[in-house]
Amino acid sequence: MADASAYVVGIYEHPTRHAPDISTAQLHFEVACGALQDAGLTLDDVDGYFCASDAPGMGGVTMAEYMGLRNIRYTDTTETGGSAYLVHVNHAAAAIAAGKCDVALITMADRPMGAKQGLGLGGVDLSALPDLAYSGAFPPMPVAGYATVAKRHMYEFGTTSEQMAWVKVAASHHAQHNPHAMLRDVVTVDEVIGSPMVADPLRRLDCCVVSDGGGAIVLARADIARRLNRPLVKVKGGGEAFKHRCNETFDLTYSAGVWSGAAAFAEAGITPADIRYASIYDSFTITVIIQLEDLGFCAKGEGGKFVADGNLISGVGRLPFNTDGGGLCSNHPGNRGGMPKLLEAVRQARGEAHPAVQVPDHSLVLAHGTGGSLASYHVSATVILEAE
Amino acid sequence: MTFSSPIPVPESEHYWQAANDGVLLLKQCASCTRTFHYPRAICPHCMSRETHWVEASGLGTVYSFTVIRRGPGTGTAPAFITLDEGPTLMAGLIDCDPEDVKIGDRVRVQFAPSQNGQMIPLFTTLNESGNA
Repeated sequence: MADASAYVVGIYEHPTRHAPDISTAQLHFEVACGALQDAGLTLDDVDGYFCASDAPGMGGVTMAEYMGLRNIRYTDTTETGGSAYLVHVNHAAAAIAAGKCDVALITMADRPMGAKQGLGLGGVDLSALPDLAYSGAFPPMPVAGYATVAKRHMYEFGTTSEQMAWVKVAASHHAQHNPHAMLRDVVTVDEVIGSPMVADPLRRLDCCVVSDGGGAIVLARADIARRLNRPLVKVKGGGEAFKHRCNETFDLTYSAGVWSGAAAFAEAGITPADIRYASIYDSFTITVIIQLEDLGFCAKGEGGKFVADGNLISGVGRLPFNTDGGGLCSNHPGNRGGMPKLLEAVRQARGEAHPAVQVPDHSLVLAHGTGGSLASYHVSATVILEAE
Repeated sequence: MTFSSPIPVPESEHYWQAANDGVLLLKQCASCTRTFHYPRAICPHCMSRETHWVEASGLGTVYSFTVIRRGPGTGTAPAFITLDEGPTLMAGLIDCDPEDVKIGDRVRVQFAPSQNGQMIPLFTTLNESGNA
């Protein structure tokens, strides 16, 4: 029987972080071409197309015409916020396994800075959220919600500002090697603690950057991947899960990563201890701590201790994370961090990360993200990749 | 301090009318008896359509909160309040010094006008004798 596995064969990250002079549609086209070139494929090879609402116009319908995709026989425009592209990888792998497409293209690009859209999600009408009909008082501000999450985590588990700061410190150690990173200066715990308070207990350096940009990823059927001249990176496992506020017990100290991670590890047949590199969604420092716990890298409540003392720094700690600098230092295109997380995980699995941050054993890596808010409802998605 | 106004939908009309009268409403499910917020026609616990409005006591405890120090809403204190009836809602603290507030503090609803005059529920801390 033919190998039904899907392989990542092409990736591309747009170097821009501020794009006032290029349309969002063209950014999608450019990242698509970049990833296809990396794979050694062409637009005509693509028969599956995946995007979220950052794709302008009517999503895939518009973009297929704009990009001249003539051979599409499968599409998926699932929108789960910043985790959408991780969901797309899992859906593309399933479609390839089912024979619905052979070469899947996923694009992401937006320009909240260049287009002066601020903190929203392109293509998503947040004013239509049904719960907004029953709330007033506060402008939609992600940091306020995550601040309440952080405060509760500190209250229940004794997590400290210093521990949260270590997440940023580790990201900055990696960002110094990324010429495209917005913030390349290495920072110390004291500098994070000394940065201005934004919403207690989160300070400016606990928050990710706001940037333009994007990226693309191409997956292909096993026999196609083997014909291409790129390192083989297999989609080994995946999971996605929802969490709502309206559960029996209101609890902001965990995320849907509890379930998406468990599903991904079960499908891959491995445990967190097998993972040598992890891309972890880092909208805020607390986001990383909670997701590391939920994925099983440490026990619930131990995340603060886990990240302290450089444990996330490549070459220093037990679990190198976000070796491109992540959303905290490199980019957070369109206020959606999922695509860069995938791209750096693929670079690590290929052994093509910057030599200063490349992990020596890169056989099993993980990318994980959360779209929506940990303070309300969200979708977590996990992707486990294996280098062959 | 100006608070932004809600974006109403047809089903929320009764809720906001009650707020203008100084009453915080919850929805209760006739089928599973649980209360919930935000209110909606269908019970989020058991999906029953047999739901009705009930008056909340207006008493609760602080689940978590923050104080916005920069950008829009500077000086406001968004908070998650767990009502004595069970549901937790994001509402915010008013008429108290957030520096003195702790998770677990007892609070009582206090209505204040938003930008367009619509009264919205906020919460203020109770002192040890139970008075606001």
